[in-house]
Amino acid sequence: MPSPEQWTRPEPGAGPAATAAEPTPEQVIAGLRATTEGGAELTQLLTPEGERVSSAMFDPYVADIDAEALRGLYRDMVLVRRADREANAMQRQGQLGIWVPLLGQEAAQVGSGRALKPRDMAFPSYREHGVAYTRGVDFRELLGIFRCTDHGGWDFQQHRFHPYTIVIGNQVLNAAGYAMGQKFDGKVGGADADETAEATICYFGDGATSQGDVHEGFVWAAVYDAPLVFFCQNNQWAISEPTERQSRLPLYQRARGYGFPGIRVDGNDVLGCLAVTRWALEECRHGNGPVLIEAFTYRMDAHTTTDDPTRYRLSDELEVWKHKDPIERVRVHLARTGSADQEFFDEVQAEADRFAAELRDYCFNMPEPPPERVFANVYAEPSPVLEAQREEYLSYLAGFGAGEH
Amino acid sequence: MAAPVKSTVDTPTSSVQNLTIGKALNLGLRRAMEADDKVIVMGEDVGKLGGVFRITDGLQKDFGEHRVLDTPLAESGIIGTAVGLAVRGYRPVCEIQFEGFIFPGFDQISSQVAKLHYRTQGKVKVPIVIRVPFGGGIGAVEHHSESPESLFSHIAGLKVVSCSNPVDAYWMIQQAISADDPVLFFEPKRLYHSGALKAPVETAATPDPLFASRVLRRGDAATLVAYGPSVKVCLDAATAAEEEGRSLEVIDLRTLSPLDLEPVFESVRRTGRLITVSEASAESSLTSEIAARVQQECFYSLEAPVLRVTGFDTPYPPSKLEEHFLPDLDRVLHAVDRALDW
Repeated sequence: MPSPEQWTRPEPGAGPAATAAEPTPEQVIAGLRATTEGGAELTQLLTPEGERVSSAMFDPYVADIDAEALRGLYRDMVLVRRADREANAMQRQGQLGIWVPLLGQEAAQVGSGRALKPRDMAFPSYREHGVAYTRGVDFRELLGIFRCTDHGGWDFQQHRFHPYTIVIGNQVLNAAGYAMGQKFDGKVGGADADETAEATICYFGDGATSQGDVHEGFVWAAVYDAPLVFFCQNNQWAISEPTERQSRLPLYQRARGYGFPGIRVDGNDVLGCLAVTRWALEECRHGNGPVLIEAFTYRMDAHTTTDDPTRYRLSDELEVWKHKDPIERVRVHLARTGSADQEFFDEVQAEADRFAAELRDYCFNMPEPPPERVFANVYAEPSPVLEAQREEYLSYLAGFGAGEH
Repeated sequence: MAAPVKSTVDTPTSSVQNLTIGKALNLGLRRAMEADDKVIVMGEDVGKLGGVFRITDGLQKDFGEHRVLDTPLAESGIIGTAVGLAVRGYRPVCEIQFEGFIFPGFDQISSQVAKLHYRTQGKVKVPIVIRVPFGGGIGAVEHHSESPESLFSHIAGLKVVSCSNPVDAYWMIQQAISADDPVLFFEPKRLYHSGALKAPVETAATPDPLFASRVLRRGDAATLVAYGPSVKVCLDAATAAEEEGRSLEVIDLRTLSPLDLEPVFESVRRTGRLITVSEASAESSLTSEIAARVQQECFYSLEAPVLRVTGFDTPYPPSKLEEHFLPDLDRVLHAVDRALDW
């Protein structure tokens, strides 16, 4: 049986061409998967061809998105993608220990992130660089995690953007608890809900939906009527495992079993994601939460820079999804409607290049954390035990002489 | 959130109440909830029922359903939502019904509760208390008699304490709740309602610090160190030994992480002999840790090896056999004999 690499990238002279070109049944299925459009219930406001389609239910939620606002969303996505590509490249150059690419998920993240109000709270997993950007987190502040100089350093309260959570699904329960707190604080519903009420959004992937914590998060949020939007980015792959390995049922339909609405939106449609998330957040702020959103999207790059997707999926699949690119459809729409000219696109690209250059410059010059950092902030209250360990170790280090280590 | 509701139990400014450990915990929780309306109690059956051991009895009636939450039946959910509530500014007190059921919550405890403060370089505090009834001797079915405290004291970022008497129960639960770090609070379940342990709790007194061990009984022949339910076993052993003319020192550790071993070192330097007592299995346990630290600090004072009287390295047996598993007075005194005869 030829390996996937042999099939997708046959080695010269590695065997009869007929054998090398024959896909395994799994690869055939994977290839067919790429033709999935998300089903009849997919909410979409902007088609892959850049056509605006109307939706009686969701158009009101993007009525304010004029040409300028749409150019803004386009710019957001281009910047985020450029930064993502730069970080990916820096990992390849050894400047980052690992990178978790978001390529292909810009619309899901920018659309949902821009739907949040400043007072709302967001709980990310570890791929939500685009959401972080919309929350005002400096992209540079994400780098410490991946250069392994810290575990995340942004101001979580100021940005209302929780630390990245790497253990799959943990953050869903944490978000449920936070949303319960919003409700207990009287921040849900009321006559002036539009001005004062709060909601929480929680990000996780298709793989996470198999975790007990996600199930429990659904249960908790439901029985406490928590103002929580579950935002599942179904990017079709949990490392090497397709969504079919996680569920028999389209993921958004799971919500029904928990007693709250579930909706599937085209995750590559930034307008659709913005509208659906605004709707869901509003439902939550008015006391009708929780809501599950399945953003149907595609992980166009590897799971992380340590991953090799050629081992488990066809490049054909990627090629099909490239036609549904989240940025390209906005560019086409802007151009076709005369809402942007080439000068605009060139400017955005130049700005993105500057953004990436700054990121690169910052990354290359990041200071090494000092050894005493090992011992810092394990506890909120002073720890004589750790202070003693720190002093002993620093004194040991000092024994090697100044300037050495 | 409504203003804190005045408890139906009056607090005279200076009052001495004769309480069991269970009642002392209940009163301590009540005081903590009165003092800070961000303190909420959450767990399975903690509301209307008052908990399967009645430790939270009456709290929901007095403080309301938003402060005493009967949660769905999932321990990861209890801990995981408590984390979010803590991030929101609450001080959740979670009850795990029996120690054997804590493991679905182990992931949240180890991955989030213990590490959020470190991960965020101190920007996020996690002031959660997780109350865990633990230990055997109640004739229970499987998973209701275990002693998993070493699994938690091993995890950096957590604090672990255990009370052994009503006075400590009353104060330590309040101190744990007001601490800014997460605290695992192990309660000796078989002693909850022990009338013999009833003690006057002076609610106007100044308590000892939370993270400090305490010498309960002075002696010079050997030192016994224990925590939780084993403290009573050691005190009984010391009383019995006294009748044989042997004076044993007894130390209640109280805090399991961080350990406060200075009083133990000081004691061992005088007695030269240490016996540690715990219901937990011995291997890789708190008793191992104490032995390692004592040999390091008291090497030249030791007249005998540090001996351990513990549960065996087996799962907890069917409870018809637990008398063989649990350290008792005779096994402790046997160890004292061995140490003195070394």
